Order: sequence, then C-alpha cells, then structure tokens
Amino acid sequence: MDEQHIMMIDFDQITVGQALPTLTLPAINRTTLALFAGASGDHNPVHIDIDFARKAGMPDVFAHGMLSMAWLGRLITNWVPQTQLREMNCRFAGITHLGHIITCSGRVIENFEQDGNKRVRVEIQSTNQYGEVKILGDAVIGC
Amino acid sequence: MIDKAHIGKTFPAHAVTVEAGRLRFFAKAIGETNPIYTDEAAAQAAGYAALPVPPTFLFSLEMERENALDWLDEVGMVLAKILHGEQSFVYHQPACAGDVLLFDTHISDIYDKKNGALEFVSKQTCVTNQHGQHIADLKTVLVQRNG
Repeated sequence: MDEQHIMMIDFDQITVGQALPTLTLPAINRTTLALFAGASGDHNPVHIDIDFARKAGMPDVFAHGMLSMAWLGRLITNWVPQTQLREMNCRFAGITHLGHIITCSGRVIENFEQDGNKRVRVEIQSTNQYGEVKILGDAVIGC
Repeated sequence: MIDKAHIGKTFPAHAVTVEAGRLRFFAKAIGETNPIYTDEAAAQAAGYAALPVPPTFLFSLEMERENALDWLDEVGMVLAKILHGEQSFVYHQPACAGDVLLFDTHISDIYDKKNGALEFVSKQTCVTNQHGQHIADLKTVLVQRNG
C-alpha cells in the first residue's frame, strides 16, 4: 500500500474499539541500527559495536528502544495528523534483536475529557514475528 | 547502589536549533514516507511553518548536549548495564525546523526493585521554544541491571 495516500481521519470519526491500520517494518539489520544511531544521536555502542555488546553480556547488538517507539509514532501519524497527538507513553517490555520483523498496532480503548476537551486513548504495541510483545503503551488523541 | 541523593539533580539547560537536514535524516532512518516530514512544501501545505519535529525526535534533541552521557558516571550508572525502561511525551505545541528549543532536565526519581538487582532512574524534561511557549514534557526511565 502506498502510505502517502492513506486518508487521515478526523477526531469525530474515531470510535472505541476501532483498530488503527497496522504498520509492519522490514527485518532489522545492522544498517537499520547504524542509520538510526546517526540520525537519532544515540551513539551508545551497545547498538552498533558487537564487541561492546558482547562485553556487556549481550549476544549481539540490539535495537534502540527509541527506534521502535519512532515506528509507533509513525503508526499514529499515519492515522491522525500529528497535531492531534497529545501524549504518548511506552514501556519497553523486551529487547528487539537483529532479524526481528516488527509490527505496530493500536486500538481505541477509551473516550474521556481532559480540561473540558474531548480525548480518546489508544493502546499501542509493537510485536515481533514470533508474537513477542516488545513495547506496550498508549497514546492520547485530541480534536 | 545509585545514591538517592541525586534525586532533584538538574542538568545544565541547553538550547538546540532544529535543523531540517537532521529531520530528513531521521525520517530516512525510521522509514518515514509521509512527505510532510521531508518536503518543505508538503509541510507548509499541511499547515506547518516548516518541517515538523516528529513525535519522538525531541528525545534525540534532549541528548544534543556536550558529553551527553557523562551524567551516568556522576550518579554511579554504567552504560553497559543500562536499558531504556519507559518513555513518555506530553505535547503542548508543535515544533518545526528553525525553532530553537530549550531543554530543562532533572532527575525526578531513583528507586530499585528485586533487592537492588534492578535500579531505576527517572528523568523529567521541560521543552520550551524561542517564544517561551511550552512545547512538550518528556519522561525517561532508565533501568540498570546489576545481575
């Protein structure tokens, strides 16, 4: 699907239970991590230098949590304009390794009001191809 | 053990100019395909003054200070033992390329679980722009594994 032609939706069209269009990413490789290290400014060698990762007790380099969270950001901004995103909260539940194919998904779970403004809460998660949850979180969308 | 006396420790506030080229590089690194994040004209057509800062990039800008990881040593944390536990963003105003953002960060909590096998350091950051507008609040929880 050509993501540039996804129609973003208005706040009034959002209903509880609604699922967001999922986002599946290519398998993570070393280039993914090197590019993200440079672009994000997170130069922690545990993500790019296998020697450092092994000394740290890891079998290999592994993905930045913020890479997967950035993909969850894309999940949201593919669905509603970013100006409607009020809040995003994530808990990193497991390490994302090389070769993992991450799918981002979300579902509207609640309608509420905050300071007199209408809001909806969306639960979001990232999962690998084995069904292991890597990030659990939520996002708040406003009108 | 990480000394709880570091709760309240403040980091020197730092200002960062949001660069369009850096935003394009970030968009490439995360596979972004929506042109509003890479094409100035598309961003303006969507109502932004310039390329918008995507939702999680404020975390990167917060790290854009000299010797960004030195504080770990100062509070007794070891880089090789640290994982990112939690991350939150609360958004107040959009930020765009060309904005000068000011980051004001402090350690908001230090605690441990499993008899100290896991130690947690929570940081809070307030982001404002060159007009004094409140842009966002960030919360980061780092976990140190002492096993």
